[in-house]
This record gives sequence, structure tokens and C-alpha cells, in this order.
Amino acid sequence: MTPAIVATHVSKRIGPRLILRDIDLTVERGRFLTILGPNGAGKTTLLRILTGLLKPSSGRVLIDGRDLAEVPAEVRRQFGVISHHSYLYDALTARENLYFYGRLYDVPDLAARIDEVLAEVGLELFFNEPVRTFSRGMVQRLAIARAIIHRPSLLFLDEPYTGLDPQASETLSSVLNSLRGPDRAIVMITHQFDQGLAMADRVVVVVRGQIALDEAAADLTLDELNRRYRAAAGGTGDGAGAEEATR
Amino acid sequence: MSFLRKVGLLAWKDLRAEFRTKEMISAMLIFALLVIVIFAFAFDPSRDEVRSIFGGLIWVAFFFAGILGLNRSFANERLNDALHGLMLSPVDHSAIYFGKLLGTWAFMTIVEVIALPVFIVIYNYAPSGSWLLAIAVILLATLGFVAIGTFLAALTANTKASEVLLPVILFPIIIPVVIGAVEATRGVFGGLPLDDFVTWFKVLAVYDAIFIAVPFLLFEYLLEV
Amino acid sequence: MPQQKPATRPSAGLRPGRGGLGSIAVITFILIAVAQYMIFMYVPDDATLGLIQRIFYFHVASAWNALLAFGVVFVASILYLAKGERRYDALAYSSAEIGVLFTSLVLITGPIWGKISWNQWWTWDPRLTTTLILWFIYVAYLLIRMAADEPEKRARFAAVFGILGFIDVPIVFFSIRWWRTIHPVVISWQGAAMEKSMLQTMIVSFVAFSFLFVYLLINRLRVEAMQDEVAQLKERLQGTR
Repeated sequence: MTPAIVATHVSKRIGPRLILRDIDLTVERGRFLTILGPNGAGKTTLLRILTGLLKPSSGRVLIDGRDLAEVPAEVRRQFGVISHHSYLYDALTARENLYFYGRLYDVPDLAARIDEVLAEVGLELFFNEPVRTFSRGMVQRLAIARAIIHRPSLLFLDEPYTGLDPQASETLSSVLNSLRGPDRAIVMITHQFDQGLAMADRVVVVVRGQIALDEAAADLTLDELNRRYRAAAGGTGDGAGAEEATR
Repeated sequence: MSFLRKVGLLAWKDLRAEFRTKEMISAMLIFALLVIVIFAFAFDPSRDEVRSIFGGLIWVAFFFAGILGLNRSFANERLNDALHGLMLSPVDHSAIYFGKLLGTWAFMTIVEVIALPVFIVIYNYAPSGSWLLAIAVILLATLGFVAIGTFLAALTANTKASEVLLPVILFPIIIPVVIGAVEATRGVFGGLPLDDFVTWFKVLAVYDAIFIAVPFLLFEYLLEV
Repeated sequence: MPQQKPATRPSAGLRPGRGGLGSIAVITFILIAVAQYMIFMYVPDDATLGLIQRIFYFHVASAWNALLAFGVVFVASILYLAKGERRYDALAYSSAEIGVLFTSLVLITGPIWGKISWNQWWTWDPRLTTTLILWFIYVAYLLIRMAADEPEKRARFAAVFGILGFIDVPIVFFSIRWWRTIHPVVISWQGAAMEKSMLQTMIVSFVAFSFLFVYLLINRLRVEAMQDEVAQLKERLQGTR
């Protein structure tokens, strides 16, 4: 089967800085991959390149065997992205937001699908309220509904836990777990080692624009991950990463 | 879904959000009225010269008010990073440009249609000429203004100091629209024969065509993060 | 689609050799000196305008340089968007700065000449007015460069505006010209044929100013290259620490 993502020799230079150096990464369907790394290591840049928001300086990204640079609009159809930003319009109601994005993705039988996803994230009673009246946790749940309304086969999670209280984090984890499936690949970048490891099948650590660690999650305990992360990040003389790891 | 329907959907989203609060339209409208009132203090509004400068007055008011709308157009998309959400969706990125253009064009035209009668009343102005032509001038000139304005708003929204930067980079570029709008309005409202000012319709039409085509080709370069 | 090629040294290929610059400097110096001699000693006073006519050689030659510079911005901007190489961005930026400099000279020398010959500092003559708008457009270009902080984004935005602005210039010129036909200009530019010595001086001024432009441009590019090199050295030092 064609892997969901194949990135080969991806490098990104911004000004004089080499943000990513020669990254090779393959993600199979049905897998949950967590990408960890200190601030400025390049994980956000990597995610932006994988989603096509940013173009690599060299190298290429294949999604389901199709080149992201050649058929961007077609490939993007399979993406669902959940970020710590909600991508929602505050002045529109929950339903209007979902309707707007659903139409953008040409979702068939949209009205029924909207009810379905609203129920999935537990917001069915609030469909007619403007998003600006929502709490942070509700916004995040609606953002999830927005991201999955078109049944994406590839989910990208960009620091989804940022700004959530413990209860909202728990809800997020359970929703994310329910999204796993044999046909769906999930890629998450996060600071949260515990959640990151708990959900992942595989963990990749990016340090200084390079992949420093790539392990099956089953082979790692949290302590082990912390230790090896420190070794990888600390080995380059960057203390910030180790602090972050214990946070 | 076809390209045009996606453009329509994007504009619908902006109109829907705006009509829920009407924040921007009311600010634009009040600002346009204020500019006209300020003008009345800058010179004697009862003088006969008002006849010859009326066309200029209203367009200064409209363009200044339009800047307010343009500054907000992409600022709204940056809230919650919604622009990234659009860029990640399977629409062609130029549809985002045309959707914004359509929305802002509608907002500005609404403001103009409400404000113009007020201007006419408070300046005791008696326009002659065809209303159809007047509407054509308003639509064409506003289109030229928002076509390039939307494009440059997308540029400035991505910089620091965006609100200050937009008018400074937009006004030099739209000089032909300003001249065309003012002269065509003078011609229409002055009741001159069409031959005398048809040139300005052509200038506006050519400008609109060029400055819709160029952004269409270059918009992608403004979006990449 | 912007395509960024892997540039190992973004500034590579920017930097002209010292030897070339030296000879251009010498040629420019000689040409400018000859042009000065011709402007102030060789050409006789203008029959009607007298001494002030001599400022015209600076004025027109500066206008030529400005146009040349903005043409370079336009071409370099297109090349930058097509190839994504830093050197085209540096070329566009350097040329735009020099263009604004010469446009400013046009806008300063024009009114001085106008005050004497037309008895008014400013007229809304199409050429002078277009020059003023041109100045605004390219000052806006420089402002965009200041407002965008991230180098690649700055280059991209500036290139987009560099293309847009240049396309706008002829439209501005023609609309202003038609506009002035409605509000007729009392004073018109004299279309009288130039005397032979005046024509010679004008041509030499043009050539001298063109060399001055190239000389300034190369120097400005070298400054850009040095800045890039400093940035890169800093980056490398950071990496080894």
C-alpha cells in the first residue's frame, strides 16, 4: 500500500538559516505519529511543509503517492488540520462555520453530516450560537468538528493541547483516539510528552532541523523518552530542549 | 463545485459575518459622512464652486472609508488563523482573493449608495444626467479600488504596521482610478454629453481589467507563510 | 508558484570583482567630469531662459536614470519570483533605492527650473506629476521592505509590488495626460529643436549618468552581499557555540 506521506530530502532555508536539513520521513496509513522537539527545532516548519503551507527549499513531499507541489488543491482535499488556532469565524454560528467549510470541501449530504459531527464532539445543543460566545474548550471541540467534517484520511495536529484546561485536554484525547482508524494517518506535533507518547505508535524527535530519534512508541517509556530526548537535545548544547521535556 | 461557486461561498461567509454585527459597514458609513462634513468646514459649502468639485468630494470620502473596510478584510481572516484554514482547504488560492474582492465590493457599494443621497442633500447639489451612468461609474470605480485594494490588503495584513502601511502603498497605485472616478462623476452629474467623458469609462474599465488580472497571477506569492 | 532553489550561498554571484569596479569608477569619473565641463563651459546660455537652462541636463539625465532603475526593479522582481534567488532580490532592492534617489533629484531640480522659466515652482504637468507619483510608488516599495521582517517574505512582497508598481506607471502617465487636457496647462514645454551643442551635451550627460547608475548599483549590491555574509557568519558562529 502507498504510504500516506513520503517526504524525501526535505530542506528549508529561511534567509541565512537552515531550518530543516535533509529530512526523510514516511508515515504509513493507520498510524499515529508524534513529532517532538524543542522550540525552534523546526517541527512547525516541517508540519507546514507537509501540509503545503510552506514550500521546501529542496526535496519533495508525496501524499498518497501524489506530489504536493504539483496538484496542491487535489491533495489538500484529504487533509484535516487541528491546530491550537481554531480556524473558525467568531461572528458565525457553529453551524454556519461547519456549513462554510463543508461546502468548501464539497461534502455530500452536508446538513446530515453537520448534525453528525456536532453530536460527535458534543455540541449539538449549541449549533445556533456564534462562536464568540464559546469557551476555549468548546471552540476546540468545534475546531475538531470542522477538521473532520469531510472525513479526511490524513489528520495533522499542531500543538492541539495548547491553552486547554485538564478537562478539555482529556476530552481532546478521547476524541483523537476515536479518530484513529486503519485508513487514517495522524501526525501530531506537541510539547506534551505524556499525551504525545500515550497516543503515538511512533515518536520522532526533531532537533536543530534534523531527526534525532525515531522509535516505535511501544519500545519507549516516558522516562526513557525523556532521557533520550535530553541526550539528543543536550548533545548539541541546547539546554532549552531538556527543560521543555520535563515541563 | 465550480470555481465561481466557491468564490461566491467565500463572499457569502464575509457578508453573513458582517451583517450579523454590521460593525464595519456602519464605521465606513459614518466615516464617509464625517469626511463630507469636515469638507464643509474646509470651505464655504454654499458657494457655487461646489458644483464643480462635488465629484471630487464624494470620491475622497468613499476612498477613505474604503480603506477602513480593506484594513479589516484580511485582519478578520488572521483572527484564529482562519486564513490558514482556507489555504489548507481544496480551493484554488485565487478564489480566496476573488471572494474577498466580491465581499468588499459589496460593502463599499452599499455604503456609497446610502451615503450619496445624503451628500447630495447636505450640499444642496442638483445632479443632472443619467442615474444609470452614475451607477455604472460607482460600480466600475469601486471595483478598481477594491481589486487592487484587496490585493494590497492581503500583503499588508502579513506585515507589522499593516494598518498604516495600506493607505500609503495603495493611494499612489490607484491614482488612475481616482482621476477616472472624479472626472466621470463630474461628467455624469454635470449633465455633459457622453462623448465628453466616455474616455474615463474606458480608463476605469481598462484599469479594472489589468488590476484584476495581475493580482490573479500574483496572489499565490502573498499567501505563502 | 514560487520555487526556492537550494542556494548554498545566497549572496553568491552578487559580488563583482574589485578590478571591474575600479575601471567603472574611473570611466564614470571621467565621463561626469566631461559632462560638467560641457554643461558649464561648452554650452552657451540658452537664448530665452539663460543660465538656468543648464540645470536641465541634470534634470533630464536624472529622470532617465530613475526610469532605468525602476525598469531594473521590474525585471529583477519577475526573476526573483520565477527563480527565488536572493541575488535578484538584492538587485531589485538596490536599484529601487537608487531610483528613489534620482526621482528625488528630478523633483528638486524640476521646480528650481520651473520657478525661473515658468515663474512658478510647480505645475501639474503630466511628466512632473507622474514623476511625483512614481516617487510615491517606490517609496511605498521601500516601506514594504521595512515592514516585512522575515527576509524571504520581504523579498516576495517587494517583488510583487515592484511588478505591480511598474505596470501602473504608464496607466498613471496617460490618465494624468488626459486629465490635463481637460484642465489645460497654460505653459507648455518648448518643443523647439535643440542646438547642436546642446544635443551633444545632453547625450554626454545621459551616458555619464548611466555609468553613474551602474557604478552606484554595483556598490550597493556589494553592501548587500556583505550584509548577507555577516548574517551567515553570525549564523555559523551560533551553530558552533
